[in-house]
Amino acid sequence: MTDVLAIADHRRGELRDVSYELVSAGRDLADATGGDLHLVVISGTVDAFAEKLNREGVDVVHTVDHGEEFNHDVYAQAIVQLYDAVSPQFLLAPNSVNGLDYAPAVANRLDLPLVTDTVDLEVDGDTLVATREMYGGKVETTVELTGERAAVTIRSAEWPAAGGTGEATIEAFDATIDEDAIGSTVTGFEEVAGGDVDIGDADVLVSVGRGIEEEENLELIHELADALGATVSSSRPIVDAGWLPKNRQVGQSGKVVTPDVYIAIGISGAVQHVAGMKGSDTIVAINTDPNAPIMDIADYAIHDDLFDVVPALIEEFR
Amino acid sequence: MMKVLVTVKEVATVEDEFEIEGTAIDERYLGADLNEWDDYAIEEAVQIAEAIGEDDVEVVTVTIGPEDCEQTIRQALAKGADRSIRVWDDALEDAELLDVGAKTAILAAVVEDEEPDLVLSGVQSGDDSFMATGVSLADAVGFQWAAVVNSLDLDTEAGVASVRRELEGGVEELTDVTLPAVLTIQTGINEPRYASLRGIRMAQRKELAVRGLDDLGLDSSVVAGDLRLTGMSVPESESDATVFTGGPEETASELAAILREKGVGQ
Repeated sequence: MTDVLAIADHRRGELRDVSYELVSAGRDLADATGGDLHLVVISGTVDAFAEKLNREGVDVVHTVDHGEEFNHDVYAQAIVQLYDAVSPQFLLAPNSVNGLDYAPAVANRLDLPLVTDTVDLEVDGDTLVATREMYGGKVETTVELTGERAAVTIRSAEWPAAGGTGEATIEAFDATIDEDAIGSTVTGFEEVAGGDVDIGDADVLVSVGRGIEEEENLELIHELADALGATVSSSRPIVDAGWLPKNRQVGQSGKVVTPDVYIAIGISGAVQHVAGMKGSDTIVAINTDPNAPIMDIADYAIHDDLFDVVPALIEEFR
Repeated sequence: MMKVLVTVKEVATVEDEFEIEGTAIDERYLGADLNEWDDYAIEEAVQIAEAIGEDDVEVVTVTIGPEDCEQTIRQALAKGADRSIRVWDDALEDAELLDVGAKTAILAAVVEDEEPDLVLSGVQSGDDSFMATGVSLADAVGFQWAAVVNSLDLDTEAGVASVRRELEGGVEELTDVTLPAVLTIQTGINEPRYASLRGIRMAQRKELAVRGLDDLGLDSSVVAGDLRLTGMSVPESESDATVFTGGPEETASELAAILREKGVGQ
């Protein structure tokens, strides 16, 4: 009842980084509750995954050998059964696209309170204190759960990845999967970032966001890119609006880029965008809002209207 | 007749500059808007109705919210939804934070009343961003589901929704989901329309039913979730950026010098 059960994330044969971050978050929680840290890895090459997951701080790795790829019905059924067997205080899942495809269902089935997308967790007596953002990252909130148990999802890249080698026991868990209850079938995967331009190859990216306001204003960005010899990329809203093709999108669901210079114009810097460009050598931000999150990672900034600054910058390079 | 239920939320929006009062943003800095993700869900439902035939598909929206948000609901009606349900109750008025469990219980009661074939729900809301209600709802009512859908192809004969789920890193998962199902809709799946003048006029005459918790056979205890909001703060800026100040010519010139130093535009 003091244990923590964390669910590893993998895709197409690879464990995702958040799996090791779950080990760190889970170990911290288990230390606070005085319990053990259990991991579970479901589907795929579970034995090989279990070896890799056996990092410092892990007590038990459970393997559920069923199918190759992620299926939320298999996950939900296996987790519910393992939950009953382990009886943990906290269930930890990644706030990944797949995590969000099973964690809410599992919480509902187990009648557990659910808090998602947490960036920090603390245990204070009987209370779990979770930190999470609201209003697109404009504020941070603390949320308290006073129930005895809870399900929590953690945001990626907020906890350090656990390293070292652990002394975990690896146990095969014989989950009974009801195939009749599986109502969705994965039929394939597709890479969407193909096409004429690979923004991942560019040395200099001029990247545009919602601040550009209108499609016709994009001309200004193309002009600047031409003047600088740079490639144009963008944040999500520009691609959602159909103003630039999907292969130009930088971010969690788009491309991860690491150019020499990244010039963010009218981009607020939502966490999903930052995940795709924070590894750039030099980051320049042009944005009217001095409190925009992009400023946190910018090396150089201009807090001014892009419609004034960009034309002046084009003049400089003419 | 096929029925599509769309969950629609009016979200709070915050100005760039704001102040916090206790555990909430000072009302002076708050606005209200149709949740961006739900706008795409409404559009998807209306496009389904247009593709199959508007006489063969009914699009119903459901919103948990006070009377103030009827303007937002009328937007959905103006864009082409046929009728709307708004759930509100004194018990909800007092709740500071409606958690996933509470929303699930309320929406599940509406789904059980309406018996839709398909429920479309935004991936997340722009204010509290739990990203969980759609999938939780599906499980509560025994529907199938898919989270983070950015393409939807419906085969009503076979009762299957072929979807693409937008995974991280530019990878999409192709999945077939058996109906009835809840799909959580990602931005970019379509191009949400603006309401036409005719649509706005027609929306005024469309049914907007208000239900209390009693009407849904729910006890007011469903509102009391397990989560309590205990603190709100502005994240500390970690910015150590060199900020160029002055007029646009000045700042552009200083930035240009740095860029040239880095070999840009040479």
